[in-house]
Amino acid sequence: MEILSRFIDSFARPGQLKDAGILSMNSRNLEYVIKYNPRKLLPQVDNKLTTKQMAQKAGVAVPELLGVVSYQSEIKNLTKLLEAHEHFVIKPAQGSGGKGILVITGRDGDRYVKASGDTLEFEDINRHVSNILGGLYSLGGKSDVAMIEGLIQADPVFDDYSFEGVPDIRMIVFRGYPVMGMLRLATRASDGKANLHQGAVGVGLDIGTGKSLRAVQFDTPIKLHPDTQHSFETLQVPHWDRLLELTAACYGMTGLGYLGVDMVLDKHHGPLILELNARPGLAIQIANGCGIHPRLQAIESMPDWNMPIPERVSYSKHHFSSL
Amino acid sequence: MKGRFQLSLAVLLLVALGLGLTLYKHFALGFPLLRGETNTVWSIEAEVDFMAEGGPAKATLTLPDQQSGVRILDESFASPGYGINQFDDNGQRRAEWGIREARGRQTLYYKINLYPDSVSDPDQEPPVADDTLRVKPRLPEPYQTAAESLLESVSERSADTRSFTGTLVNELLDPSPGQNTNMLLGMINNRESRTRLLIDLLTMADVPVRMVRGLYLEDGRRRQPMLDMLEVYTDDGWLMFDPVTGQSGNPANFFLWQRGGKSMLDVMGGTKSRVSFSMMSQAVPARELAVQTSQADEVALVDFSIYALPLEVQNAFKSILLLPIGTLVVLFMRIIIGLRTSGTFMPVLISVAFLETQLLPGLTIFITIVSIGLWIRSILSQLNMLLVARLAAVMIVVIGIMGVMSILSWKLGITQALTVTFFPMIILAWTIERMSILWEEEGPRDVLIEGSGSLLVATISYLLMSNPTVEHLTFNFPELLFAVLGITLMLGQYTGFRLLELRRFKPLVQE
Repeated sequence: MEILSRFIDSFARPGQLKDAGILSMNSRNLEYVIKYNPRKLLPQVDNKLTTKQMAQKAGVAVPELLGVVSYQSEIKNLTKLLEAHEHFVIKPAQGSGGKGILVITGRDGDRYVKASGDTLEFEDINRHVSNILGGLYSLGGKSDVAMIEGLIQADPVFDDYSFEGVPDIRMIVFRGYPVMGMLRLATRASDGKANLHQGAVGVGLDIGTGKSLRAVQFDTPIKLHPDTQHSFETLQVPHWDRLLELTAACYGMTGLGYLGVDMVLDKHHGPLILELNARPGLAIQIANGCGIHPRLQAIESMPDWNMPIPERVSYSKHHFSSL
Repeated sequence: MKGRFQLSLAVLLLVALGLGLTLYKHFALGFPLLRGETNTVWSIEAEVDFMAEGGPAKATLTLPDQQSGVRILDESFASPGYGINQFDDNGQRRAEWGIREARGRQTLYYKINLYPDSVSDPDQEPPVADDTLRVKPRLPEPYQTAAESLLESVSERSADTRSFTGTLVNELLDPSPGQNTNMLLGMINNRESRTRLLIDLLTMADVPVRMVRGLYLEDGRRRQPMLDMLEVYTDDGWLMFDPVTGQSGNPANFFLWQRGGKSMLDVMGGTKSRVSFSMMSQAVPARELAVQTSQADEVALVDFSIYALPLEVQNAFKSILLLPIGTLVVLFMRIIIGLRTSGTFMPVLISVAFLETQLLPGLTIFITIVSIGLWIRSILSQLNMLLVARLAAVMIVVIGIMGVMSILSWKLGITQALTVTFFPMIILAWTIERMSILWEEEGPRDVLIEGSGSLLVATISYLLMSNPTVEHLTFNFPELLFAVLGITLMLGQYTGFRLLELRRFKPLVQE
């Protein structure tokens, strides 16, 4: 009996969530994704290569593109292409959810060192690229192309908070207004991946300042990083204004009204757009400890929402700051 | 908001259309909502016998008409060498058998199938002129005097037509009859003469009356004679009286064959003519009966329906029409509950396979094949292979597993495992491929979540789809698809929280 009541207690009442402004998955799909993201605009963000080319054209900062392998026959050129680079990232242009991303951080003789410290032979990399081209990581098994990008050197501000891999920043941008942001930190539990449901830490970021609001792992609030034991309280994302402007620019670039923008902070290049997501997840609400729905509705009810980027950013900073 | 209103309207219309057509089919056409309902169908066979005299012979038999409370399904004639011809004789259907030359004993058959579909209403049509205004009969004396005084005394003891007739009939049935009655009884020697006397008496008393003939429907009766009855026009319409038992009212199991006192059978060119009836009842599934009667009536809804297709195609539709139920389960589980499944409608296809294998053997087979497949797939992934080739390889492996499973289980005597062939191989291969990618990318936990989510959805749809009532409803009322479509559209508009989200976001409202 007690188990039953505890079980029932583990569910919130729909009214509570509604009052808290939580956006539900069904509502996100129906009222935002379908409504604001026209179907025909989606391919440009499904394909990271076109996103990158588009961003470069629009003057939005992205990680450097070292090369592209489009056909199996081009794999033989891979040796020459990789020779010049100590470290690089291979990713499928149409992969989803971080699938198929191979990060090489260095060399160990003939072998390549992965982010996790494991080493690979050239043959393994060959096979990985071949898998990408064969469509292993793309939706529906469509054939794909492999992109080779320069490795991002994470900004040292995150050194204390990163177990491995580069922390990335997810920003929800609605009609060109940055609405909610979070920092995703890989942990030992998440196996170096920045996926929240695999155990990565999500840190809610204040839109006004870029300061941390709170951190969660497996949907529960934490005070210290589980691996480095650093407190999140003092965390502050640098280049915050530049970052907000970059994310806001993604709206004009793609025309997608409801957008998830993934960024990284590079030591040398500052904020870079990694990829765009036309159906960003809802976990960001848990990381921020608050619902996103009221902010979206505030923008929806603005009669003159179509303003230049700096004004959009300052509106967001002014209205969506929690501190 | 406007689109939303239109959609709600469409949903409402679709659901109303689906349910409305279903109810129409149930109430108007008699399609049973539940499986296994049966109706009783009666077969009545009229046998006409006569001795032909060697020349041309002609026999005319009164045929029953459609009437309230009874449906005539079909009728047939059997009579070797005779030509048959139906005609209308003053509103009464008659059949005429004719032959140029016949000698000796002749037997003609007429068979009719009918079923009582409701309680019969009394005929409300008022008596026509020639029924009532004919010349009052006069009986030979002393019967006429006896009749007049009997009618007078009955009239004193009755209030209306109904009680008058009842009293009169009973008077003639009285075991210790009065003097007048006793005299009149002398005119009676059989049922027909009793009926005719009663008609004469009632006509004298200005009571609208007519003779009807029919049969009591009783199973297994053979060589039944046609029974003469009285029908008297009362305030409630025509009311039947049995002249021999004195019972009034329209008996439920009485099948009216003929109205009016005309002879039932006329034979020309023959002697010793006789007609007798045999009856037999048969329990027929209500659905078949409904299909049959609707097709006979050329109801468009049934005429242009699955029932018009060849039986083989009908059987295919039986399972096809179940699929929307499965998809509805998937929709519900994903949109309302928030369960993750591997592949959108893959669980439905698995549950279709379960229909053939039964649930537990199906689950066992599925889990076994996918587990072995995942293991072999992990070996394959170490080889440098292209996706399409790897998928093909996984499929061949799946076929191999199926073969080995079948042979082993057959040898071990576990025949259930032989149904393994009902699983679509492509689905199995894709499931294995998806699961193994999921395993590599997200870890075994996600494989378990997605896998068990899929199997849970498949199990629930199987339980629904294998339910005989559900199958009965989807097959016999395909109109329900409109309602299912409406519900689907409605679910497609649901923007509320999923059940599992209530749990996921609980921490946000806790503090």
